Amino acid sequence: MSFINYSAREINCKIVYYGPGLCGKTTNLQHVYKKTDPDNKGKMISLATETERTLFFDFLPLSLGSIRGFKVRFHLYTVPGQVFYDASRKLILRGVDGVVFVADSQVERMEANVESFQNLQKNLAEHALNVDTIPYVIQFNKRDLPNVIPLEEMQKVLNPKGRPFFEAVAFEGKGVFETLKEIAKQVIFELKKEA
Amino acid sequence: MRMREEDVKLVEGELKKLQEQTSAKVIFLVDKNGQLVASGGNTKGIDTTALASLTAGSIAATSGMAQLIGEKEFTVLFHEGDKDNIHIALIGTRLILVTIFSDKAALGIVRLRVKKSIDALDQAFEKIFLQSEREKGAKGGAKSPFAEITEDDIEKLFG
Repeated sequence: MSFINYSAREINCKIVYYGPGLCGKTTNLQHVYKKTDPDNKGKMISLATETERTLFFDFLPLSLGSIRGFKVRFHLYTVPGQVFYDASRKLILRGVDGVVFVADSQVERMEANVESFQNLQKNLAEHALNVDTIPYVIQFNKRDLPNVIPLEEMQKVLNPKGRPFFEAVAFEGKGVFETLKEIAKQVIFELKKEA
Repeated sequence: MRMREEDVKLVEGELKKLQEQTSAKVIFLVDKNGQLVASGGNTKGIDTTALASLTAGSIAATSGMAQLIGEKEFTVLFHEGDKDNIHIALIGTRLILVTIFSDKAALGIVRLRVKKSIDALDQAFEKIFLQSEREKGAKGGAKSPFAEITEDDIEKLFG
């Protein structure tokens, strides 16, 4: 749920990066953080284990500039991808305005992608949201690896409704900003619809 | 949620009053989604955005714990530090009141005053939420800056 403050002339929106463990959600945020002007970003918070696996969430506040005199801020969150952190994932989806699903393109991770996609649908439903109607982008990550599944096959399984998608190598930054730009656009247009 | 200027003034006035009554350093109001709604006191040197997000995360995790043992929610959390302490209290179902105070302020006073402020803020926000819902899509209310947005406006955001 976006928050509009007419006094501070600010609009804050929440975007959640979802996907299976080790698919590159945190890497996406780290790249955005690295490449964003210090004036336009806040501190990146990572609640992670000692082995740098996300324990609760990563958080990155981002200012994109102004629209019609209102500062537009996006709060980017990741969820912990590991299966047993489902309770945390549900909590982080609360008040979400847009979702980026990061899929791992490696053959051996396809089952984990499917499981995470189903989990996303189930958890969104608990917030009365539907993956087919909310602002949503799917990112096929790790496209540089040798053992990737062909894009068409991944689309068929993970993106049957043909929502916007991007191929990415988040580690190198490829596809990261394209994904962010698309989800931000969709979120803003959703606000327009509600206006 | 949409907050008009007069709503912000009213809420900030209540936070300022609470801050003076408790001798707290800073007071924040955060929504359960992790957005900072308003603050009172000296926020200089505090990353308010991060604090809001972590507070919401903490409340969310604690609520999850409460439900596991059959409680609906834990309405108050208290974190004690060497010098500074954080008192976190739920307001209704959507908001969180965060009071940061040093060992110079008394916890008992903080708890008492927070309780009183919660009632006032709860009432104020009931009105704000109702108004916000009514204005959603209604003509003549506070106009959303997004109503006439164009593709060009969005493109400009990304340079």
